[in-house]
Amino acid sequence: MPSRSGRFALSSDALIKAAVFSYVGLLVILPILAISFQALGQGLGKIWDDVLQPQAWFSLRLTFLSAVAMAIVNAITGTAMAWVLVRHDFPGKPVVNSLIDLPFALPTNVTGLMLVVLYGPVSALGKFLKVRGIEIIYAQPGIILALLFVTFPFVVRSVQPVLMELEKDIEEAAATLGAGRFATFRRVVLPHLLPSILTGVALAFSRALGEFGSVVVVAGNIPMKTQVAPVFIYGEIESYNPRGALAVSLVLLLSSLIVLILLNLLQRWGRERGT
Amino acid sequence: MEHSIAAVQVRPSAKRKSWKHGAMTAGTLGWFLILVLLPVAALLMEACQSGPIAFLRGLQGEAAAYAFWLTLWTTILAVVINTIMGVLLAILLVRYPFPGKTLFDGIVDLPFAVSPVVAGFMFIVLFGPQGVLGRWFEAGGIKIVFALPGVVLATLFVTLPFVTREVVPVLREMGREPEEVAFTLGAGRWQTFWKVTLPTIRWGLIYGITLTTARALGEFGAVLVVSGNIIKRTQTATLHIHQEFTDFHYQGAFSASVVLGGISFVLLLLTEFWKKRHKL
Repeated sequence: MPSRSGRFALSSDALIKAAVFSYVGLLVILPILAISFQALGQGLGKIWDDVLQPQAWFSLRLTFLSAVAMAIVNAITGTAMAWVLVRHDFPGKPVVNSLIDLPFALPTNVTGLMLVVLYGPVSALGKFLKVRGIEIIYAQPGIILALLFVTFPFVVRSVQPVLMELEKDIEEAAATLGAGRFATFRRVVLPHLLPSILTGVALAFSRALGEFGSVVVVAGNIPMKTQVAPVFIYGEIESYNPRGALAVSLVLLLSSLIVLILLNLLQRWGRERGT
Repeated sequence: MEHSIAAVQVRPSAKRKSWKHGAMTAGTLGWFLILVLLPVAALLMEACQSGPIAFLRGLQGEAAAYAFWLTLWTTILAVVINTIMGVLLAILLVRYPFPGKTLFDGIVDLPFAVSPVVAGFMFIVLFGPQGVLGRWFEAGGIKIVFALPGVVLATLFVTLPFVTREVVPVLREMGREPEEVAFTLGAGRWQTFWKVTLPTIRWGLIYGITLTTARALGEFGAVLVVSGNIIKRTQTATLHIHQEFTDFHYQGAFSASVVLGGISFVLLLLTEFWKKRHKL
């Protein structure tokens, strides 16, 4: 009996491993290796030249700057939202709590469509803003707005559970010892929340670097004005110019890899803080 | 004694605190309302503006029907494959030691980090007519890119991590003991999985499946690049919406958006509702 089950276990272990490794290998590792080799096959100098082409360089710069702007806003509003959801009471709280994930449920180009309907040149709000010289759609503010929308849940959902576990006692102890509310927040609460805030921000940042659907609908595809890196890549593929697409793809891939590694370190830091 | 002092000290500031509380709650909810809910409301109003008949007429037409049908089948396929592989992957990551595990763990998360456009492009580089493997497939008469297999591959790629990411923490928390007890009591592998492991990971699994479904229904960028967007062949529901929008068929784009977004959102709400109910 033991030997039979042992042999069975051995063979099914090997089967699971073989199935999983070949699946992930074919679906993820092989395509990434293929695109990397294709890009690197041209030589580093050529890649560098392609990245420095004005349109490519502009699109990368716009992508990173927009992502940074999004990250700063979301770090603050996401933490505030998590705080309000955990610590404050207001009518309809469970409804708001389940609506937080709405941006994750919507197809990205539908998100773009919504923003165009609301702020576009035909809408009442769009006309109102245009008269005052504010353009959102087919302009850079639209990019940041779209990024804020699609990444909104990341920081909230990352901070919320940590805040729930954070004992109110610690804050009360600090308050009793004479710390003001702001000092308590800065010295006691913030250090506890920091790993989770940064984790949420890193997830949002990596999503923002690659975001395509919402941005292409909202900001259009205007070179040197609203063309972000993923939209640039799309344009190059469509016009059969794989060289430019390869170089910028490689930069985006490397960036997401770096963010992933940072995330891993952050989570380790958070776990050490937790214990 | 000390405790009561603390309580007394907290009280005087209570009124001022509640005013600040109110302002913060209102400000945060207002931001959420303007950023997320207002655009959703705008789309809903715009879609329903000309009445229910116009709304439904927006969904008519062979191209729309085909697009939704294709999305349905692609989603079913992606959910089935990635549920099975996702659970196996989670078991492998939690229960088996192997060299390079940390790296492999990171690789599994890559589809979340890679831009959908780059994901689509990767499949073109690999399986396209001039691709490394594509040339080989093409010689055998099998078209992957700009055809249905490409649509499925892209969807599988972008939805790969969801089930694994939801199941891994549950498996880890569960520990080895329940399974070992079942083994000792003479249960086979399958029996242990069905009767012990699966019931424990059930809620994580259901949540992962919901997220997979929502993402598969809504994937746009990767599918756009890899499919070639051929009407009534490789055009999925999101691509159909985009086509209607760029062709100035706004009612068609809005109606289809409401249906597609509505399905994903209701799915997500239901899962959260079940999850909460189960925990209580």
